[in-house]
Amino acid sequence: MDKLRRILRSTGFVNASSSVLAILVGLVFGFVIMLISNPAQAIQGFGIILKGGFSGGARGIGQTLYYAIPIIMTGLSVGFAFKTGLFNIGASGQFTVGAFTAIFIGIKLNSLPAPLHWIIALLGAMLAGGLWALIPGLFKAYLNVNEVISSIMMNYIGLFAVNYAIKHPALKTAPTIFDTTMNLTSNTAPTSILPKSFLSYLFPGSTVNIGIIIAILIAVFMYFVLNKTTFGYELKACGYNKHASQYAGISEKRSIVLSMVIAGALSGLGGGLVYLSGPNGRRYKVLDLLLADGFAGIPVALLGLNNPLGIIFAGIFIAFITIGGEYLQSLDFVVEIIDIITAAIIFFSAFALVFRGFIQKMLKAEELAVSLDDNHSSLRRQNSGKETGGEK
Amino acid sequence: MGTIYFLVQQMMTFSIPLLIVALGGLFSERSGVVNIALEGIMIIGGFSSILFINFMQKMGVFDGQLLLICAVLIAVISGGAFSLLHAYAAINMNADQTISGTALNTFAPAFAIYGARMIQPSNVQQITFNNTFRIASVPLLGDIPIIGNLLFKQAYITTYIGFAILIAATILLYKTRFGLRLRACGEHPQAADSVGVNVYKMRYFGVLISGMLAGLGGLVFVVPTSTNFNATVAGYGFLGIAVLIFGQWKPIRIFIASLFFGLMKTISSSYSGISLLLQLGINSYIYKMVPYIATLIVLAFTSKRSQAPRALGQPYDHGGR
Repeated sequence: MDKLRRILRSTGFVNASSSVLAILVGLVFGFVIMLISNPAQAIQGFGIILKGGFSGGARGIGQTLYYAIPIIMTGLSVGFAFKTGLFNIGASGQFTVGAFTAIFIGIKLNSLPAPLHWIIALLGAMLAGGLWALIPGLFKAYLNVNEVISSIMMNYIGLFAVNYAIKHPALKTAPTIFDTTMNLTSNTAPTSILPKSFLSYLFPGSTVNIGIIIAILIAVFMYFVLNKTTFGYELKACGYNKHASQYAGISEKRSIVLSMVIAGALSGLGGGLVYLSGPNGRRYKVLDLLLADGFAGIPVALLGLNNPLGIIFAGIFIAFITIGGEYLQSLDFVVEIIDIITAAIIFFSAFALVFRGFIQKMLKAEELAVSLDDNHSSLRRQNSGKETGGEK
Repeated sequence: MGTIYFLVQQMMTFSIPLLIVALGGLFSERSGVVNIALEGIMIIGGFSSILFINFMQKMGVFDGQLLLICAVLIAVISGGAFSLLHAYAAINMNADQTISGTALNTFAPAFAIYGARMIQPSNVQQITFNNTFRIASVPLLGDIPIIGNLLFKQAYITTYIGFAILIAATILLYKTRFGLRLRACGEHPQAADSVGVNVYKMRYFGVLISGMLAGLGGLVFVVPTSTNFNATVAGYGFLGIAVLIFGQWKPIRIFIASLFFGLMKTISSSYSGISLLLQLGINSYIYKMVPYIATLIVLAFTSKRSQAPRALGQPYDHGGR
């Protein structure tokens, strides 16, 4: 009994259950919208959303995991930056340059043997994403430029630079990168495609490959770095309170630059993982439109409470209902209902403090003292996090 | 001369929505609330007002400038109403302002597509309209040499609304009691509270005004540049935030920043009409990057001493005073 109470009391449990509560309220909100817009099919449609990726059997689950790869990676990127006091709204640009680099290596360096080829392509994607975030990092650390603005600018610069490069005459020589008739990038060399390994037995017919395993391993690694290493502690300390950490001898400038570069590398890797998935996977479409994956990372990070392990689940959950939305098209509904539900979930997860209070009130009165303490410290944490935000 | 007139007229279509949205953000941030939801609010404002124009034109009720003015009101009201969600989360619920802003940004485009496809019999997500709002030449003013050509030909009434908002915002912020109180809430809410200012109320006003202006910005962005609304404002809300910070949270500097960005955007979109730039033979993608690279460079030189409101983004807790 005592053990149970200790689990109930723990911040982790309360945080997670406030996320679950936000999800429930968000789903109810979505259901109400469906009821208003199309009462006849609302219940059936809502059922399809809840069944999500399961509707398609093993293949559906595989597709869910494939969809989850990019948003887990950009979610990790945004969440990691949040943890260190930075708002990385530039995940889209980092993702795009990462994708381009992976595609470029995947097509042009086709003499490389199998595992080496895709490994180098992924490393290239990480490097490109990291470099793309280096500029906002340096600008923030040394010139006091708000990272939100500089990353928004880098998003557009990245998009146009990549489209410019893809269409550039110098890259037209065989093997060509740009498939002019489809307005897509060409297929990458077979040696550059991520292996499916045992996943092809588990989820036959789906596109999922070891990319999802890499994403999960990276998340676990990031959890370890953030929570178990001095390095991660220093980066977090700068996010919580830069004055205190400076006093403790941590270089704030170095922390900002490193945090941005790591966040960028995570997004860039996400771009690499998605576009090295063979002919059935995604191909890059040359449009003057920012890729949505980067922005999708923001809700994933928030829903996962910026915790790398939470982000794995949040990413899979969002992918799950997104697939559900695709099956929903058989009825008289518009897929965007999924985004409406996601928005409602984020909105209510912003009420986390109130939800946490509500959950804690339901626990025994003796826990109240502890919970007040928790609330207090999380509030203080938020405030100190915001202090750095205020100086942008 | 013809080229310059054309450039200035083009520049207005880019600069004015940015100016209006950035001034909106100014009110919210000066009261102490971060509003990254400007993008989403613009979409809601654009959606509801363009839908209104679409209906009115289809039914043939009325058209022309009167319709545009009514649409302006719709945009202002819907944007203001939508922003109240952010205000409630940020002010009443002490929510993380980035999170609730992101929620609004996620909701708006989805809702605009969902709404358009559910409401319109055609089932498409684009809402079309006829552009009957362009004024070929403003009577009298259009005949003034040079200035008439620059500002009063091929213009939209929304351009002048933009200028009026700039003047009104400057006066409201710096010459009225309301403005002083609003700024106090963004700098030091505890001090404001201690002399009897209701911080919660002022912040509500700040967010509400930002929502009203951002909603209007959505309409102003769409009308001159397109003949349909496709659930997007092309990142102008985020650019508005950039202009706000670039303008150091001051109305006149925001105006200059929006003109600068508008000029860069004009060069990038209409370089093919300028023989001098066309002869350089530079790829169109390079020109598309110009506004963003230029903004980055200017920011690098101007950001060293940031003048953001001090209490920006901090929830105010009355009990914590």
